Amino acid sequence: MAQGDLLHVVTTDDISERQKLFGRAIVWGSALIVALVAAAQTLQQTGVEDFGFETWRPTLYAYVLWGVCLCWSQVLICGEQGKRTLFVLPAALFVVSLTVFPLLFGLVIAFSDWNLSATEGRQFNGLDNIRQMWRDPFYWNALLNMVWYSLAILVEYAIAFGLALLLNAEIRARKFFRVAFLLPLMLSPVAVSWMIGKSMLEVRFGPIARFARWLGWDSPSFFGSPEIARFTIMLLDAWTFIPFMMIMILAGLQAIPRELTEAARVDGASPWKGFWEITFPLMLPVSITAVLIRIIFKLKLADIVINLTAGGPGGATDTVTSFIFREYRDRSNVGYGTLLAMFYLVIIIIAMTILMKLADRFVRPRT
Amino acid sequence: MTEAIFRDSEADLAFRARRLTGKTVIYVLLIAWAIICLFPIYWTATTSFKIAPNVMQGHLIPWVDYQPAWRGWRSLGLSPDTIGAESTVRAEFMKRFFNSAIAAVASSAIAVVLGSLAAYGLSRFSYKFGFMRNSDISFFFLSQLILPPVVLALPFLVLYKQLALLDTRIGLVLLYTLTVLPIVIWIMRDQFESIPTELEEAALVDGLSIWGAFFSVILPIALPGMMAAFILSLVLTWNEYFFAALLTSTHANTLPVMVASQTGSQGINWWAMAALSFAAILPLVVIGVVLERYLIRGMTAGAVK
Repeated sequence: MAQGDLLHVVTTDDISERQKLFGRAIVWGSALIVALVAAAQTLQQTGVEDFGFETWRPTLYAYVLWGVCLCWSQVLICGEQGKRTLFVLPAALFVVSLTVFPLLFGLVIAFSDWNLSATEGRQFNGLDNIRQMWRDPFYWNALLNMVWYSLAILVEYAIAFGLALLLNAEIRARKFFRVAFLLPLMLSPVAVSWMIGKSMLEVRFGPIARFARWLGWDSPSFFGSPEIARFTIMLLDAWTFIPFMMIMILAGLQAIPRELTEAARVDGASPWKGFWEITFPLMLPVSITAVLIRIIFKLKLADIVINLTAGGPGGATDTVTSFIFREYRDRSNVGYGTLLAMFYLVIIIIAMTILMKLADRFVRPRT
Repeated sequence: MTEAIFRDSEADLAFRARRLTGKTVIYVLLIAWAIICLFPIYWTATTSFKIAPNVMQGHLIPWVDYQPAWRGWRSLGLSPDTIGAESTVRAEFMKRFFNSAIAAVASSAIAVVLGSLAAYGLSRFSYKFGFMRNSDISFFFLSQLILPPVVLALPFLVLYKQLALLDTRIGLVLLYTLTVLPIVIWIMRDQFESIPTELEEAALVDGLSIWGAFFSVILPIALPGMMAAFILSLVLTWNEYFFAALLTSTHANTLPVMVASQTGSQGINWWAMAALSFAAILPLVVIGVVLERYLIRGMTAGAVK
């Protein structure tokens, strides 16, 4: 991305001292309000004084006021430059307040024992949660499952590539097929888990079970044994998300100039060879983007598992998200769940960084 | 019989046969996958018109195999004979439906507004917030994609409890906006970078302010891109289940939560579940068919350079 202004400021701003002073005043004034309200609420929370607050809402309103004042003051103080800052500032403030604060807060929760339904509130318990996590076989099992689920992406990628090639061929009714192939992505995973998982895979009269019996599988059971259950979840998730990769790969295929493939054919390359030596290498960057984004989505996989198997049988289908969800639902212990999530985040960041570095090295042309 | 003077040689005829088999294979594969994609939707739609024996015997085609009945839709209060009457089930369903619609539309709209502004700024000006320059700010926004929802879920649960935002639509809208914002910024940055800066330069020379130029010159050009970002956000937020299940209970819960809660309690009430699922997926199926162009545009933004 290009650094440096593409549009230059040509006029000099005429900002009076009083205007600057006013700009600073509203920022610090509103910040003071936030501090005062927060202090008052903390005092009430600790039981020193009663100000009649019921919730922390006033602090929230004060914070929003501060945010608005901060944006306004940018224009007051910096003039033209401030108007430019105003493009990014609202989004940045929004994201910072909604991720950084909860994450910091989460770090505090992660090292405490906090049962939301109990009355005693938060108790700092040091490294107990980490010790508990270390000895929790179900959590490690869930992490291992995530590896299996992520590996399934390779197969999904192969299928998506095949479908994209089919759609890119000279066919009639391309629009119909494209819409039909895209539809699974539009469906809510919860509805899908009912439509397919609970109804079509129903052992006695679901159509797929019937089909399986007709094929010769005597007692089809799709969630009975751990391996088959995991495989079924993979299939369902693949069904919803293959269109996503397919569309990205299709866009990549359409961007390849025709001359290249034609030249290869004229030179006598068979379709098979042409694909491996022309199309596939050219598609590498798009493929890697698609797979990386797909991995990010896969790591969030939860709704199908929560609704279909609840992690069973014996934790074979658990994802980290569904495991933490149940951990909270069953024991309403926020502290332990948050620690598990934080640990997961650390693993994800490390793994994604390594993957992105590898991908970068893989794609960059060798010099 | 006179022999044709101009005719294909043996080799050319063989080539044509090979081409024909190739075509056939392609169409067979295409149709097979289309069936895989469409059959579950068809099955859900038809099951909502079935009664118990039809389900047990695995009837597939309405009017041929079985007589369609309004059983499933009646249990939602949406069949022709119950649509006029008061119905608590329908009221419940409509409430969830509107919760979903409001949460999805509001959060997508906010995300598109915030995200477009930020993406425009990042594609045109250079910033310096502390140590963060443009590429760092972009990375900061996009890195939110990696953040899995679980990490935020429990802290948000506690925070929302303190702020009395638990089980409110505003709370959901805020979170959903957060989750789709990086995607919107990703799409819009791509859009704005493809618009030449000469356009704004002309507008600025003509005396418009920078915001004036943005609204009157750039915005109309970027509108299809914004539409694409909006539709993609709509799909993601309408289908969101995890946050909705954690953060809402009675007032603000959305359609996916309703679908999920029915599966447990009602056992095998097939027609009712089918009707509910179908009603839940119908809006997006319609959007998918009608606005497919925008969806594809949104998904492929930034993928192909």
